[in-house]
Amino acid sequence: MKTRFLLNPFYLVGRSALDTVAQIGRWGGLAMDTLRALPQVGTWGRLLPGQMARIGVDSVPIALFIAAFTGVVMALQASYTFTGAVPLYFVGTLVGKTMILELGPVLTGLALSGRVGASIAAELGTMRVTEQIDALETMAYDPAAYLVVPRVLAGIIMFPVVVILATATGIAAGWLTSLQLLDMSTPEFMKGLRLFFLPWDVQFAVIKSLSFGLTVTSIGCFFGFTTRGGAEGVGLSTTRAVVVSSMVILVLDAFWAATLL
Amino acid sequence: MSIVLQDVHKAFGSNQVLRGFSLEVHEGETVAIVGQSGTGKSVALKHVVGLLKPDRGEVWVDGVNLGQLAVERLNEIRRHVGYVFQFAALFDSLTIEENVGLGLRRIPEMTEKAMAERVRECLALVELEGYESRFPAELSGGQKKRAGLARAIATQPRYLLYDEPTTGLDPVTTTVINRLIMKTREELKVTTVVITHDMESAYLVADRIGMIHEGVIRFMGTPEEVRACSDPVVRGFIEGKPELLEGAG
Repeated sequence: MKTRFLLNPFYLVGRSALDTVAQIGRWGGLAMDTLRALPQVGTWGRLLPGQMARIGVDSVPIALFIAAFTGVVMALQASYTFTGAVPLYFVGTLVGKTMILELGPVLTGLALSGRVGASIAAELGTMRVTEQIDALETMAYDPAAYLVVPRVLAGIIMFPVVVILATATGIAAGWLTSLQLLDMSTPEFMKGLRLFFLPWDVQFAVIKSLSFGLTVTSIGCFFGFTTRGGAEGVGLSTTRAVVVSSMVILVLDAFWAATLL
Repeated sequence: MSIVLQDVHKAFGSNQVLRGFSLEVHEGETVAIVGQSGTGKSVALKHVVGLLKPDRGEVWVDGVNLGQLAVERLNEIRRHVGYVFQFAALFDSLTIEENVGLGLRRIPEMTEKAMAERVRECLALVELEGYESRFPAELSGGQKKRAGLARAIATQPRYLLYDEPTTGLDPVTTTVINRLIMKTREELKVTTVVITHDMESAYLVADRIGMIHEGVIRFMGTPEEVRACSDPVVRGFIEGKPELLEGAG
C-alpha cells in the first residue's frame, strides 16, 4: 500500500516541489545570515585574500585552457559557415562578439561551478559532518562570517577577472587561428572584431560573471552547510552543488540576455 | 547552580531523543553522563552551548536561560565554555598552533605575542610541545584529542564539556586523557561535564555519575552509589548485560 503511494506520480511531483521550495527557503536563510555577517570584517577580512587565490587565481589555467580551444573552434566554424557568402573578416566579429557576450562568461561559469562549487561544497560538507562547524560556533564564531562571506565575496570579485582573462584568451586564440589556418591578416581580423563592438558588451559580461560568481559560491556554501550523514552525504552535496549551480547559471544567462540586451 | 537543564525535550523528525532530561551541575563539580550509544548524551551536551535548542524545557548556564538569548549574548556565554568534541573537530586546513589559537582571536585585547604564549602553555599542558606547526592529519587519534582539549582550554573557560573523550583510544591513551581531565579540573578549577560510555573513565574522573536511559536521567549518584545501585538498567549497563536493560521498563 505504502509502496503504491510512493510510486504515485502526483505524490512524487508534489514531494519534489515541496522539497525544492524548502531548499530555496533554507538558501534564503543562509543568504540572510551572510548579509548579517558582512559587518564582521575582523572575522572574514583576513581570510578573503586566501579565498581569492583559491577561487580566482587557481582557476585561471582551466578557464584559459577552455577559452583557448573555444576560440580556435569558433574561428574555424565561422570560416566554414561564411565561405563564399560572407566576407571572411566577419570571423573576427563572430569570435569577438560571441566570446564576450556568451561563451567567455558561460563556459567559464560552468567550468568553475565544477571546480569551485564542488570544492566549496565538499570542504564545508566535510566540516559539517566532522563537527568543525559546530566547533566554530562553540568558539563564538559566526560560521557565516568565517566560512561563507569570504568565499562568496572572493567569487564575486574573482569571477569577472577570470572571465575577462578567458575572453581575451579566446579572442587571441581565434585571431592566431585566423592568421595560421584561414589565411587572414591581422588588420582583417581586427576590422571584424571592431565592427559591432560596443563597450556595453564588456559591462554585460562583467555583470553576468558577477552573478555567476555569487551563484556558484553561495550554492556551494549552501549545500556544504546542509550536508548530513558521512562520506555519502558529502558526495551528494558536491554533486548537487555542481548540478544546481550549472542550471542556475544557464537560467541567469537567459535572464540577463532578456533583460539587458 | 552553574549548569541546569530542566525537563528538556528534543526530537529529530519522528525520533524523540530527549524526553524530559534534567541535570544540575554545581560549581567546580565534575559530572559524567553515561549511557548506551544513541540515547541522547551528545544531544544533551550540545544544548549546553546552544548548538541545539530544546523543543521544550530550559537550559541555564551561569544563571542565564539560553533559550531567550540573542546570538551575541549566547556567544558571550560560549566564551566561558570549552567543548572537546568526540573526534576533536580540529580544522584540517589549520596547523595545531592555529587551531589552538583560534578561540583566542575572539578576545580583542589579545596580542599576537600573548596568543603565541598562551598556545604554547596549552600545548605544554596536554604534552604536545613541538607539534605547533603540524596539521591535524599528521596526528594520531590520541594526539588529536589532546589538541582538541588544548583548544578548549585556551580561552580559560569556566566550564569544560567533553563528548566521549576516550572513545576509540587504546588503554594507555585512555589513561593519559583521563589524567588530563583531572589535571585540567585541578589546575583550572573548571566545572566539567563528561559524556562517556566508558565506566572506568566515569568512576575515575567524576564526582557524580548520571545514567541516561530513554531520554531521561535514570539514576544520578556518586561513583560508590552507582556501584551499589540495584536498578536493573544501571546494572545492565555497567555490567554489560543487555538482557537486564531489555527486561527493565
